[in-house]
This record gives sequence, C-alpha cells and structure tokens, in this order.
Amino acid sequence: MSRLVDARGLSCPQPVMLTLKEIKSLPGGEVIVLVDTDTSKENVCRAAQSQGWQVKAIDPEGKGYRITLHK
Amino acid sequence: MPKMLSFFASRRGIILAGVFIGIFAPLLQKMGNPANMGICVACFERDIAGALGLHRAAVVQYMRPEIIGFVLGSLVAAYLFGEFRARAGSATVVRFFLGVLAMIGALVFLGCPWRALLRLAGGDGNAIFGLLGLIVGIWIGTLFLKSGYNLGRSQATYSSVGWLLPLTMWGFLLLMLVFPQIPGQEKSGVLFYSQKGPGSMHAPLFFSLGVGLAIGFLAQKTRFCTMGAFRDLILFRQGHLFWGVVALLVTAFIINLLLGQFNPGFIKQPVAHNMSLWNFAGMALAGLAFALAGGCPGRQLFLAGEGDGDAAVFVIGMIVGAGLSHNFGLASSPDGVGPYGIPAVIIGFLVCLFIGFTMREKTN
Repeated sequence: MSRLVDARGLSCPQPVMLTLKEIKSLPGGEVIVLVDTDTSKENVCRAAQSQGWQVKAIDPEGKGYRITLHK
Repeated sequence: MPKMLSFFASRRGIILAGVFIGIFAPLLQKMGNPANMGICVACFERDIAGALGLHRAAVVQYMRPEIIGFVLGSLVAAYLFGEFRARAGSATVVRFFLGVLAMIGALVFLGCPWRALLRLAGGDGNAIFGLLGLIVGIWIGTLFLKSGYNLGRSQATYSSVGWLLPLTMWGFLLLMLVFPQIPGQEKSGVLFYSQKGPGSMHAPLFFSLGVGLAIGFLAQKTRFCTMGAFRDLILFRQGHLFWGVVALLVTAFIINLLLGQFNPGFIKQPVAHNMSLWNFAGMALAGLAFALAGGCPGRQLFLAGEGDGDAAVFVIGMIVGAGLSHNFGLASSPDGVGPYGIPAVIIGFLVCLFIGFTMREKTN
C-alpha cells in the first residue's frame, strides 16, 4: 500500500517539506508524490534521493507529474 | 534515478548559472552600470519605478533592460522546455505586501541579495552585515515554515494570466525604443531618465538586454535562488542552490580583481552607507519577506516568466514598494538611512510577523 503526498499547487519549499515528512515517518515502502511544476519534480527527487529513497518512476499526470518513490 | 535530473538541475548546472552571473555582472559595471551594481534586482526595479515616474528621485530613474531580459529569457526557456504553466491564486495580496516590504528592507540596505554578494565581491565590507541580516531573516522564515506557515495552493489558470508580466516587460522595452534617452534631457516621452547618479550609469541597452535574457534563460532552468540557497541549507541541510551563490561570489571576486574593480573597505563604498545595524536590519526584513514569499527577487522574476501570476504580483509589489520608499523617505542613500527608514523597517517586521504567525496551517 503506497502513501500519497499531494503537493500540487504548492510552491517551494512545501513539496519537499511534505515529502520529507512522509518518508521520514516510514521505514521503507512506496510513496507517490503529485506535483505540478518541473521545479517541484526536481526538488522532490533530489530530496528523496538524499534520504536514501529511489525515484522509481516519473509519469505525467494531468498538467503535472506523478513521482513514485521507493525504499 | 539521477539521470532523470537534467544537466541544468545538476550541481554543475547551478554552478554554471552562478559563474555566468559572476562574470557578466562585473562586466556590466565595466560597460557602464554603477559600481558594485552590475545587477541588482531591487535597485533596478527601483530605477524602473523612477523611469515610470512612480517616484521622482532624480538620481535613480532608468528602465533597466536587465530586468526585462530576466522575465523574457525565463519565458523563452519555459516555452522551449515545455515548462510554462500559468498559475495563480495563492494568497496573492499577501505576496503583494511581501514584495512591498522586501523592497523597503532592501532599499534600507541598498541592494538585493545579488547586490549584497556583488558588493562583497567588490570589497565593500558593509555587505557582510547585509548578508548576515539576510541569513537571519531567512532563518526566522524557516521557523515559520517549520511551524506550518504556507501561503496555500495556487490554481492552474488561463495562459494569459501568466503572460501579463512578460507582456508588460515587452511594453517597457517598446517604451525604451520609442522614447530613447536624449542626452541632457530628464524626460523622453513618458519615460524619466536620470542625468546624474546611479540611474544615469548604464551599459548599452542591447548588451544589458542580452545579458538579462541569457541569465533569465539559465536561471529559469537551474532555479537559481539566493534566498532558497540559505533556506534549504538551514531547513534541509541541502546545499544544492548554495553552490550557485558560492560560484557567483567567487567568480565575481576574481573578475573584479582582473578588471581592477576590487576596492576593499567600509568607508565611501559606491552606492552604500556604513550604518551597520541598519544594513543588517534592512536585509533581515528583506530576507524574511523573501522567505515568506518563497523566493529572492531574481527568482520571483524568473517564476513570473514561466507563468506564475503570484510571483508577478510580488514583482509589482516590489516596484510599488520602491515608489513608496523614495516618496516617503524610507530609502537610504550614501549618507545613511532615510528620515523614516528605521520606523519603516520596524513596522515591516511587525507586518511580516503578523503574516507569519497568522498564516500557519494546523496540521495533524
């Protein structure tokens, strides 16, 4: 069961803060992050990787992206 | 999957942006821009306010092409890479006031974060107090962020919303071409031009515009942000954006040495005063306002270029703030702070604290 973080419409640094809060509360697993700008996409990926999580997939969704993080 | 991050999003990308600005800002000074002011977003927006007659401080009136280039360069990059997304509606009026307050603080110090770095790279020791203030202001902002402060979600909207500020910049450029500077005259058509002082000092129009366009393009792609550099370091211990700031500072220092533009000291530094406490406090106010608004003044221009209508309102807030600063004696001059600069900084802080304390989402 993956967790969902909806960061659409939020500006820096909210998407990263929400993502970090979620992945730091989990020992591992899958987290889906929804973002709507390329900046947020890059920032979320960079932050997740710095915590030892992998970016499994980045898929377009609506006008933004659906990022699948895995650990 | 690091390959998914493009070159521009890499550390080398952000360093490239810093190096580029670090080379071309001192060169702009060599070509005619004021000393230690190759690029200053706050000062240049203040000059634009002057050119439009929103204030009548005779020494700071010029339609700075660098600012026009920043927005339009970002617009080009955003369209080229499919990143233009019109969006707006995230506490817009708050962003306007934060823009006003950021400008009031920046003009007490006499510079935006970019100029603080360029002043330091030119040997102006007073910039140290400004940079310390900036960091403290941003640190206060991170405390609010940690306690749930945020301005809420923006909504996707009509493309025209994202186009309004870029179109305004086209209009400004057109005004410059229709009403060019006439030597010895303070006014050409609807535009004011300084005859002396910093506003009278500028590189050739197309050089300034070209550098602005290139920086706008690079900064949109790399997300260069001086406020974000310190914020991310404080908030996440993440140094990505900070590398850009370091690259700018080091490069500008080297180029200044090569061009003979490095003059160390505290006294009689160009377009600067040495009232350390107010250099510190002015920039602390600006730093807090930038942190609450989510970007330094340069970043707000680049965001506005890629369709962010809320960032556009912050920019307009800064231009209006410049008008207020000069009309009401809030802005500093080389002689020191303006007659009402100190109360303005104190009131500005109170307003920022009000915004910070009252706009916290209660989570969980």
